[in-house]
Amino acid sequence: MKRVLPGFNITLGFTLIYLSLIVLIPLSALVLKTFTLTWDQFVLATTSPRVLASYRLTFGASLLAATVNVVFGLLVAWVLVRYEFFGKKFIDALVDLPFALPTAVAGISLTALLANNGWIGKLFEPFGIQLAFNPTGVVIALIFIGLPFVVRTVQPVLEDTEKELEEAAACLGATRWQTFTKVIFPAIAPALLTGFAMAFARAIGEYGSVIFIAGNMPMVSEITPLLIISKLEQYDYAGATAIALVMLVISFVLLLVINALQAWQRKRSGAPV
Amino acid sequence: MSDSASHQLQSKAFSQIHEPRWVKISLISVALAFMFLFLILPLATVFTEALRKGFDAYWAALQEPDAWSAIRLTLLTAAIAVPLNLVFGISAAWAIAKYEFRGKAFLTTLVDLPFSVSPVVAGLIYVLMFGAQGWFGPWLQAQDIKIIFAVPGIILATVFVTFPFIARELIPLMQAQGNDEEQAAVVLGATGWQTFWYVTLPNIKWGLIYGVILCNARAMGEFGAVSVVSGHIRGQTNTMPLHVEILYNEYQSAAAFAVASLLALLALVTLALKSVVEWRHARALNAVADLPPENPHWSFHNDLTH
Repeated sequence: MKRVLPGFNITLGFTLIYLSLIVLIPLSALVLKTFTLTWDQFVLATTSPRVLASYRLTFGASLLAATVNVVFGLLVAWVLVRYEFFGKKFIDALVDLPFALPTAVAGISLTALLANNGWIGKLFEPFGIQLAFNPTGVVIALIFIGLPFVVRTVQPVLEDTEKELEEAAACLGATRWQTFTKVIFPAIAPALLTGFAMAFARAIGEYGSVIFIAGNMPMVSEITPLLIISKLEQYDYAGATAIALVMLVISFVLLLVINALQAWQRKRSGAPV
Repeated sequence: MSDSASHQLQSKAFSQIHEPRWVKISLISVALAFMFLFLILPLATVFTEALRKGFDAYWAALQEPDAWSAIRLTLLTAAIAVPLNLVFGISAAWAIAKYEFRGKAFLTTLVDLPFSVSPVVAGLIYVLMFGAQGWFGPWLQAQDIKIIFAVPGIILATVFVTFPFIARELIPLMQAQGNDEEQAAVVLGATGWQTFWYVTLPNIKWGLIYGVILCNARAMGEFGAVSVVSGHIRGQTNTMPLHVEILYNEYQSAAAFAVASLLALLALVTLALKSVVEWRHARALNAVADLPPENPHWSFHNDLTH
């Protein structure tokens, strides 16, 4: 095929070289380094009790946070799309704050807020509830980080849903709740699921916002990324690499899942895939 | 009689495509309460904690030499990482959006890959490449070149985590715009560079600015990846987020929040710019929608340039 536009070879060539140098070769270093371990060493490094406890915390807290994000993300998206109220533009812009605010800043700020002497922590302290320096703090930080994913994937889909369908449902005698569950919800379900997967994927790898608030007690409130860092600090490169490979494989699988979900969503909305 | 009946029916139909007033008000209230607790309070905390010891202490914290060197290093890192990823983003978007080739979908997925890799893993891979124990470690040591625990490592890690930002803004935008205009320019005798500069660039201007803003915010604020490769040498390899961490861990809370407040300001500026760009972009799109539809495809492109 003769290409009319010039520049294919040079742009694709540069893209591939840059991609290889920055991403692919360094990532392959991780995989190859893992091969210097025997299978037993690898299993030992990735399934010791302390590592297993960190998986449980990381995945459990991420799952919980992503679920909360689905509920409140849908609510915020709904309110922003369907209703008019004072300060709507400001709230809409603010949704992206967790993307724009450096994670370390979010981390220390949430810690100051939720610690026993903080504005919110103070309210819970008399009841013996601690919000910071335990798994609860981890979940709260991950809710903060994941919020924009759900709102920003659901919002455009909600904007595009056809009002006529809802009117038809109403004319046929559906209550508003039936219209929501039977007409609106199926239309936005793929977007909700995509947002959930994105928030979950981000939460699993998150480091900066969590380590300040987690308390980082081994077996209790130590997340997997922190474990990689502490192994590195003890010069246990092989151990750190083995855990990192597990994380890398999981994030790659999640990336493929998200791609598939997005393709499904495009098919649902009738756009070319 | 029949008039009032039809009126009743109408208002019933209306009530069924809108929620009752009390539902609407409670939904808005819960959403706003959630936003207040999770977004506004943390943001407000940064500034109140920063000013806890008064303005003088705040200024003093910012004028500390270590804080200054952290600010300089952060600016330097962004000044190198953002242009690199800008050139890559344009190049990748041109190749992916303008041509058909085998493996295109896979290449697009690979471009997105750094987004889903944990920042800590991103830092670790460069340690495995260039660290003392890494592939090139011994050679680099022999040449007396430091990458890990030095500035080049920080820049590399930042380039990695901000890698997809600009490309992923541009690819869908350029795909939606098609090739017609560029082909017309080439047929009329424009060189490839002229075509890009006078035809493509004006069309993708807003998407490009948007991508650069987001890329810059992340480059200046990255913590996890940079933390792994930095070595935390005060005054030398500390970026602003790392400096915040050190101050915080040394119980200099007010000073930590003072530096953090600069980063929070950066985030607010980013959000404001982003809103402006989105608004301009929406206005350009609306102007297109108002045009007579004789050649909507052509006018769509043309109007995005204004």
